[in-house]
Amino acid sequence: MNLFDYWWLMPLMAGILLALVAGPLGSFVVWRRMAFFGDTLAHGALLGITFGVLTDINLTLALVLGSVLLALLLLPLQNRSRLSSDTLLGIVSHSTLAIGLVTLSLAQGIRVDLMGYLFGDLLAVERIDVLWILLAAILIAVLLFWQWRALLAITVSQELAAIDGHPVQRLNLMLILLLALLVALAMKVVGILLVSALLIIPPAAARSLARTPEQMVFLASATGVISVLLGLWASFHWDTPAGPSVVVAATALFAFSLVLQSLRDSRRSA
Amino acid sequence: MNSSETTAVLSASHLQLVRQHKSVLNDISLNLKAGQIITLIGPNGCGKSTLIKVLLGLEKPDSGTVTRRTGLRIGYMPQRLSLDQRMPLTVTGFLQLARGASHERIGHWLDRLSIRALAQQSVHDLSGGEWQRVLLARALLIKPDLLVLDEPVQGVDVQGQLELYRLIPQLRDELGCAVLMVSHDLHLVMAATDEVICLNGHICCSGHPDTVSLDPAYIQLFGARQQQAPIAHYTHHHDHQHCADGHVEHRAPGKDIL
Repeated sequence: MNLFDYWWLMPLMAGILLALVAGPLGSFVVWRRMAFFGDTLAHGALLGITFGVLTDINLTLALVLGSVLLALLLLPLQNRSRLSSDTLLGIVSHSTLAIGLVTLSLAQGIRVDLMGYLFGDLLAVERIDVLWILLAAILIAVLLFWQWRALLAITVSQELAAIDGHPVQRLNLMLILLLALLVALAMKVVGILLVSALLIIPPAAARSLARTPEQMVFLASATGVISVLLGLWASFHWDTPAGPSVVVAATALFAFSLVLQSLRDSRRSA
Repeated sequence: MNSSETTAVLSASHLQLVRQHKSVLNDISLNLKAGQIITLIGPNGCGKSTLIKVLLGLEKPDSGTVTRRTGLRIGYMPQRLSLDQRMPLTVTGFLQLARGASHERIGHWLDRLSIRALAQQSVHDLSGGEWQRVLLARALLIKPDLLVLDEPVQGVDVQGQLELYRLIPQLRDELGCAVLMVSHDLHLVMAATDEVICLNGHICCSGHPDTVSLDPAYIQLFGARQQQAPIAHYTHHHDHQHCADGHVEHRAPGKDIL
């Protein structure tokens, strides 16, 4: 494999793998109104990096541990909707980001590519990162496929699902842990500030064209993969940052889906 | 009627529940037998929905016990279920998520409830009455031993309400199941129910619907307004009781079925 191949192959594989599993997980995020939750996980993950830097453990592992831990702490929030959870999530989200930034700057003699974490550094993705992402993607895909109906059932109504005998709390926990895992790994690709864009925009673009949850998930994954291809292509040609380029491409596809939808609606009403 | 039909499918004894220093359920006991239709009635905030949740096991009472027959299959039709618009879902897709759903059963209940035409429609495009029927179909898919209906006619026009209440005793006869309903209007449910429990934190009065409608506790709770309900003529049909085996038992007026 020559050097040129190496350069485009790893970022491409990482991006495509993430986009494939972000389709179904992002759809759940959209259906269950967890967008802010995903944001909070991503922001809080910076604390994980700080922890990793200070204790000198593998940074990817620190990221995953950090966001999984935060997800577990935030889990009770989901069930207490009366408590103004968006305010609380906002506090946790921004304070963890701020504490992470401050602590990192105080850590003497340690240099961390902060911009790389905030905005992602897709082109710096290495084989080991792709391996992590591949393992996580397989885990996420297998678990989602295995519990697909039950997850849809708890998304439609936790109450009805509980009466039908689904283990609602365990399924919620599983979904949140998978989300934390994806957020932690996607950070390298699109960065802390844009992680939830990768989760939300493709399903939003898929929504108007889908008639079933499965169609929406499939279209969301496809939109995500096309966004990665377009974004990387743009990044190579115009030397734009790769992660933001992917998000811009996804946003363009979302706008395109709106146009398609309004065309279809006007044809229907005509 | 054999003995297995007379044993309770669901019973509760001395339920107590306090939420935020306010007594929501106070010493509630009830017994629901196979083939019996009980309606819970009471003003808003009287604890109807909370009681349903406790009986279904979704909430734990502070004290008291709920006993469900082992292996009891419960079909539950919630008061309202608002689906997120962002989730695309057809009626069939929604029904397939229910426990006990199969192609044949979904087809059967779509036909039985006259909603076959909705099968491939999006759940977001349904009218209130259509959506209620879909929710009812969902509750029936499991072949319930106990059908629980929380305000089944919300958002349904009067004609639809009467039709739905006519349907419930028929469904009971077809399935041989017990039915627990919640309603806020006694006169609408009179013909469809065997026993009424009037709830206001505690059980104010209970018994045959004719008896309850004349009970001072009921009149005090609801005032005379409901006495003049436009569909009050519906009450005169009710001088008999539908037994679980389908035969009709005539009774002297006022006799309690407890």
